[in-house]
Amino acid sequence: MTSVPDTDAAGRVLSADGTPLKQSLNRALRRQKLRALALIAPLLIFVLVSFVAPILDMLFRSVENQLISDNLPQTVVILEDWDPNSGELPSEAVFEAFAGDLQIAISKKVHTRIGSRLNYEKPGISSLFRKAGRQVKKWDIPNDGPYKEKFADLNKGFADIEVWRTIKTYSGAYTNGYFLNSIDMQKGADGAEARPENEQIYITLFIRTLIMSLAITSLCILLGYPVAWILANLPSRTANLLMILVLLPFWTSLLVRTSAWKVMLQDQGVVNEVLVWIGLVADDSRLALINNQTGTIIAMTHILLPFMILPLYSVMQTISPTYLRAAKSLGATDWTAFWRVYFPQSIPGIGAGSILVFILSIGYYITPELVGGTKGVFISNRIAFHILSSLNWGLAAALGTILLVVVMALYWAYDKIVGIDNVKLG
Amino acid sequence: MTFTRTLLATSALVAVGGTAFADGHMASDMTLVSWGGAYQNSQQKAYVEPYIAMNEGVTAVWDESSAEAVAKLRAMNEAGNITWDLVDVVAADAIRLCDEGLAMEINPDEDLADAPDGTKASVDFGDLIVSDCFIPQIVYSTTMGYRTDLVGDTAPTSVCAVFDTEAYPGKRSLEKRPINNMEWALICDGVAKDDVYSVLETAEGQERALAKLDTIKDDVIWWSAGADTPQLLADGEVVMGSTYNGRFFSLIEEQKQPVAMLWDAQVFDLDGWIIPAGLPADRLARVKDFVKFATDTQRLADQSKYISYGPARLSSAPLVGKHADLGIDMAPHMPTDPANATNTFLYNYEFWADYRDDIDAKFQAWLAK
Amino acid sequence: MADSDQGGAFVEFDRVQKSYDGENLVVKDLNLSLPKGEFLTMLGPSGSGKTTCLMMLAGFETATNGDIRLDGQPINNIPPHKRGIGMVFQNYALFPHMTVAENLSFPLEVRKMGKSEREAKVKHVLELVQMGEFGGRRPSQLSGGQQQRIALARALVFEAELVLMDEPLGALDKQLRETMQFEIKRIADDLGITVVYVTHDQTEALTMSDRVAVFEDGRIQQLAPPDELYESPQNSFVAQFIGENNTLEGTVKEIKNGIALVQLDGGGLIDCKPVNVTKAGERTRVSIRPERVEFDKTRLHADAHTLKAEVLEFIYMGDIFRTRLRVAGQDDFIIKSRNAPDQVRLEPGSEIEIGWLAEDCRALDA
Ligand SMILES: Nc1ncnc2c1ncn2[C@@H]1O[C@H](COP(=O)(O)OP(=O)(O)OP(=O)(O)O)[C@@H](O)[C@H]1O
Ligand SMILES: [Mg+2]
Repeated sequence: MTSVPDTDAAGRVLSADGTPLKQSLNRALRRQKLRALALIAPLLIFVLVSFVAPILDMLFRSVENQLISDNLPQTVVILEDWDPNSGELPSEAVFEAFAGDLQIAISKKVHTRIGSRLNYEKPGISSLFRKAGRQVKKWDIPNDGPYKEKFADLNKGFADIEVWRTIKTYSGAYTNGYFLNSIDMQKGADGAEARPENEQIYITLFIRTLIMSLAITSLCILLGYPVAWILANLPSRTANLLMILVLLPFWTSLLVRTSAWKVMLQDQGVVNEVLVWIGLVADDSRLALINNQTGTIIAMTHILLPFMILPLYSVMQTISPTYLRAAKSLGATDWTAFWRVYFPQSIPGIGAGSILVFILSIGYYITPELVGGTKGVFISNRIAFHILSSLNWGLAAALGTILLVVVMALYWAYDKIVGIDNVKLG
Repeated sequence: MTFTRTLLATSALVAVGGTAFADGHMASDMTLVSWGGAYQNSQQKAYVEPYIAMNEGVTAVWDESSAEAVAKLRAMNEAGNITWDLVDVVAADAIRLCDEGLAMEINPDEDLADAPDGTKASVDFGDLIVSDCFIPQIVYSTTMGYRTDLVGDTAPTSVCAVFDTEAYPGKRSLEKRPINNMEWALICDGVAKDDVYSVLETAEGQERALAKLDTIKDDVIWWSAGADTPQLLADGEVVMGSTYNGRFFSLIEEQKQPVAMLWDAQVFDLDGWIIPAGLPADRLARVKDFVKFATDTQRLADQSKYISYGPARLSSAPLVGKHADLGIDMAPHMPTDPANATNTFLYNYEFWADYRDDIDAKFQAWLAK
Repeated sequence: MADSDQGGAFVEFDRVQKSYDGENLVVKDLNLSLPKGEFLTMLGPSGSGKTTCLMMLAGFETATNGDIRLDGQPINNIPPHKRGIGMVFQNYALFPHMTVAENLSFPLEVRKMGKSEREAKVKHVLELVQMGEFGGRRPSQLSGGQQQRIALARALVFEAELVLMDEPLGALDKQLRETMQFEIKRIADDLGITVVYVTHDQTEALTMSDRVAVFEDGRIQQLAPPDELYESPQNSFVAQFIGENNTLEGTVKEIKNGIALVQLDGGGLIDCKPVNVTKAGERTRVSIRPERVEFDKTRLHADAHTLKAEVLEFIYMGDIFRTRLRVAGQDDFIIKSRNAPDQVRLEPGSEIEIGWLAEDCRALDA
C-alpha cells in the first residue's frame, strides 16, 4: 500500500524525517559517490602518475626553452635591442654581458648544454661553446675587454651574425620552434618560414604513418574477419586451441619474428624462392617484399592481427546463429543474410579492433625500423631517434604532441561518423 | 681485500690497493653498461673476471644498454637516480654526454694507470682521448666486405666499388645514418681525404655527397644493427656491405663464410668508458679502482684475445697475442695493424658533434624521398 | 502409429531419421502428415527431438534418412531461403540493429517487393498483431510480449502458408502466455495458415491445437486431438505426460466382456478398460484421472469393485478441492472434486471407499 508523500509549504516533497526528499537523496548519492571514488582511487593515482603526468611533461617540453634565458640572463636582455637584420654584430655591451654569463655558465658546466641546444638550430654552435669554455673561464671580466674582439679572436664563429640571430631567436623561456620544426618549418629572419626542401621530412612521415596505418588496419580487417568468424562458430574447445595459434605472435620474441620475416620475405627468401620455382616470377625480377612499405605492412599486420581478431571474436560470439537462420527463413540468401543481418551486428567488433590496431600501429617503431627500409618507416621512428640518439627531446615532444592530437582528432571523427558507443569488446 | 692478498698481487695492484685504502670505503657492487654479445663478453673475460678474482666480494652486473646510453643517462639524471657505475659508449656519445654534463670529467694521468715503462697515460692514449670525459678502450673500424663468389673475376680493392654498380651489380648494405656514408661518397666523388670535412661543412658539399649516394640509392639495403650486414652477406642478399671490422672477423674466420673484407678507407672510431656524473663517493671509488685496472696496458691487450679490435693504448700493441679459441694471430686482424692501416680515415668527432643533427635531417629527408 | 492421410497431406514426414553424431538417433522413425490449415503441436519432454524435427522442416538440418515433403514435393534439397516457411524462434531472433518496421520489411525486401507495397504490408501485419504504433522502435525497446508479436508478424508478413513456432511463448509469464495463445490461435485461424507449434507446456498444447503429437525419445508416442489425448492416452507415457494422473501397478487377472480385472500389487481388485493388455497374467499400469474418482458411495455402481483409502490431506484450491489419499499402499493418490454447495469436504484421517467407472480406468503397458 502506498501513501501519498508529505510536502512542505513550497510544495517540495519531504522524506520521512521531514527533510526535503531531494536533499536526502543527494546526501545518499554523495555517500555512494565517495565510496566509488575511494574504490577507484588507487587506479586514479596510478593513471595520474604513469599516464597523465608524462603526457603533461611531454606537452611542456615541446615548448619549454628556459635553458638559454636562465643561463644567459643578461645577454638575453641586452640582445633584445639588437636588430639582426641590421647587418651588424651586436654591441660591445652584449659581448661583455655574454662573457659574464658564459663564465658563470662554465662554472656551472652548462655552457656545453647551451651549445648543444643551440646546435639543433644552427650547426657549429656546439663546438663554438665547447671550445670557448676552455678560454673564457680564464678571462678577467670586465677588465680585459673589449670582448667583441676577444670573442672574434677566440673563434670566428662569434663574429657570425647568424649565431647571434639564433641566440636571440631562442632567447625566450618558451618557443614554438619545436612545433615549427615538426611541420617542416623554421623560425627565419621574418618569422615562420618553410624549411629548405631538402630538409622537409616530418609532414611526409606523418602522412605516410596515417596512410600505412590505415592500410594495416584494413588488411587486419580483411584477414581477421573470416578467422574470427570461423573461431566464433567452432565448438569452444577447438576454438580455444586455434586461438593459441592466433596469439602465437605474442609469444615469440621480436628477434625471432624479425628473422622469420627475413627468411620468408627477402630476395632469396622462401616466398620468392617458391614463386620462382613455380615460375610465377622470373629469377631476375624477384618481388621486393622486405625493406620497404610492403615489408612494414606485412610484418605489422602479422603482429597486430590478434588485436583485430580478439574483439571481433568476442563480439561475434555474442551474435546468436539464430539470427542467420531467421534471415534465411525469411527468404534471404546466405550472402544477404550475412551482409544485412550478421555483418551489421559485428561492426562494433570491427570498430574496437580497428581503433586498437590503428592506434597501436601509429605508435610502432621497432618493426618498421627493422623491416621498413627507408620508405616503410613511421613518424615514431623519428621520435625514437630524437629521444634515443639526437637527444632533441623538445622536438620529440612536439612530434609526439602532434601525433597525440591527430589520434584524438581521428577518434573524434570516428565518434561523429560511426559513434563511439558502437564499439564493443565483447 | 685482505692485506696478504694485496701483497701477493702485482706491483700495479699494490698501487690500486693503496688508493683504495686512502679513499676509504668502496662499494662492492658495480653496474656496467655495454653492448652485449661478443664485445661485452670480451670485456667480461679480459677485465671483469680478473678484477673480481683479485677483489673478493665484488660483484659486477651488466646492463646491455649502450645503444640507448645517452638517452637513459639523461633520464636518470633528470630523475636524480643514477643506477649505472660505468658506461661503455662510442666516442661520439661520450662527447655528447660530456657536453650535456652527464659524464664525469677525468684526469688521465691521475685516474688511469701509467704504461709499464712509466709513460703517462695521457701520452700513452694520446689523441684518442677525444673528450674530457672519455676513457678509450679500443679502436675499431667501419669498413666494407663483399661476397667472394658474387663479385666476378676482379675482386674489389677500393671502397669506391660500392658505388660501382656496373662492375659489381647487386644490392649493397650501408648503415642507415649519414656518418661514414657521406665521407665515402665524397672520397669516391674525387674529394681528397684531407678536404672531406671542409667540403662536408658546406650545404653544397652535403648535396654533393647525397648526389653521389643517390646513384646507388635503389641498390642499398640500409642497416641499423651491426649484425645486419653479416647476415645479409651470409644469405647472399647483398654483394657487399659495411659493418664493424670485428663482425667481419667472426663472419670470415669463425663462420668461414665466402666473404672477404676491405681495409681500404676504413673509418676508425673509438669505443671506451665514461663514468656518469654525480656518483656517490663509495661507488665512485670502486669504479675508479676498476677503471684503472681495466684500462692498463696488459688488460687492453688481453681484450684482443677475444675480439679483433685494437687496444687504445700504444703500449698494448706489442702485447697483442693469439685468439683465445681459434689460436690465430690477432695482430693482422687489428684495424690498427700497419698493413691494414695504409689508407685509413679518422672519423672527425668535433665535426659530427656539430653537424650531426643538421646532416641527419637532410639525410633522412633524402632517404624518405 | 500416425494416422497418415496421403490424399490431403500438406506437410509430410516419411520415415524420417536424424542423427547428429552418427551414433545416436535423435529422431528415430518419424511419420507424420498434416493437411492444410491444421494447427499441429509437438509436445514432449526436453531433448525428445521436437526442435530437430522443426529444423529439418525449415531446412537448417538435413534428415539423415527418409523424406520430408511439402505440398507433395520433397524438400530435402531445397535450401532454407527457398522453402517459404515462416518461422518464429524461441528467443524471437528479431534483428537488433533494425527497427520493428525494418525487421518486418526485411523478408519483403529480399523478395524484391516495391517500397509502397512493402509499407502497406508492414502496416497491415502490424495492425494484425495490434502493434500499429511501434514500427519505429528497436526490438530492445519492446517488452517480451511485444517482441513476441513482432516475431509472429515477421513470420506472417510474407504470407507463408506454413509457419513453424519453436516454443514461442516460453519466455513469457503465465498471464501473457495465455493471452498470446489466444492471439496466435486467432490469427492462425483467420489467415488459414498451417502451423507446426512446439511446446512442452501441455496446457498450451491442449488449448491451441487441432492435433497434438506427443514426442518421446525421438518417436511420436501418440498423435491425436487434445480431447482424445486426454481421455484416451494410448500408453502410460502419454497418460502420465498429459494432465494429472493416478497410476497403480498390478497384474491382469482376467479379461471378460471388455473389462479387465486387475489385481493391484498393494492389494485390492479393480475394473479397468484394457488398452494395452490382451490376456490374463500380464503386468499393467492402470491410470485414473483424479476428477474421475468417485467416493460418494451412493453414486457408485452397486457391484463395482472399490478400494479402501485413507485421507491424508485436504487442500482447498478455490474452484476445486484436492484431496490426497493412501490407496493400495501408495500415498500419492489424488482426487479432485468440484467446489459445489453440496460437496463433502473429506477430513484427514478418515477412512473412505473409492471407485470409478471401468472405462475411466485404463489398463496400459507396464
Ligand atoms: N546440433 C546438435 N548436435 C548434436 N546433438 C544435438 C544437436 N542439437 C540437438 N542435439 C541433440 O538432439 C536431441 C534432441 O534435441 P532437440 O533440440 O531436438 O530437443 P527438443 O525436443 O527441442 O528439446 P527442448 O524441449 O529442450 O528444446 C538432444 O539429445 C540434443 O542433445
Ligand atoms: Mg527445442
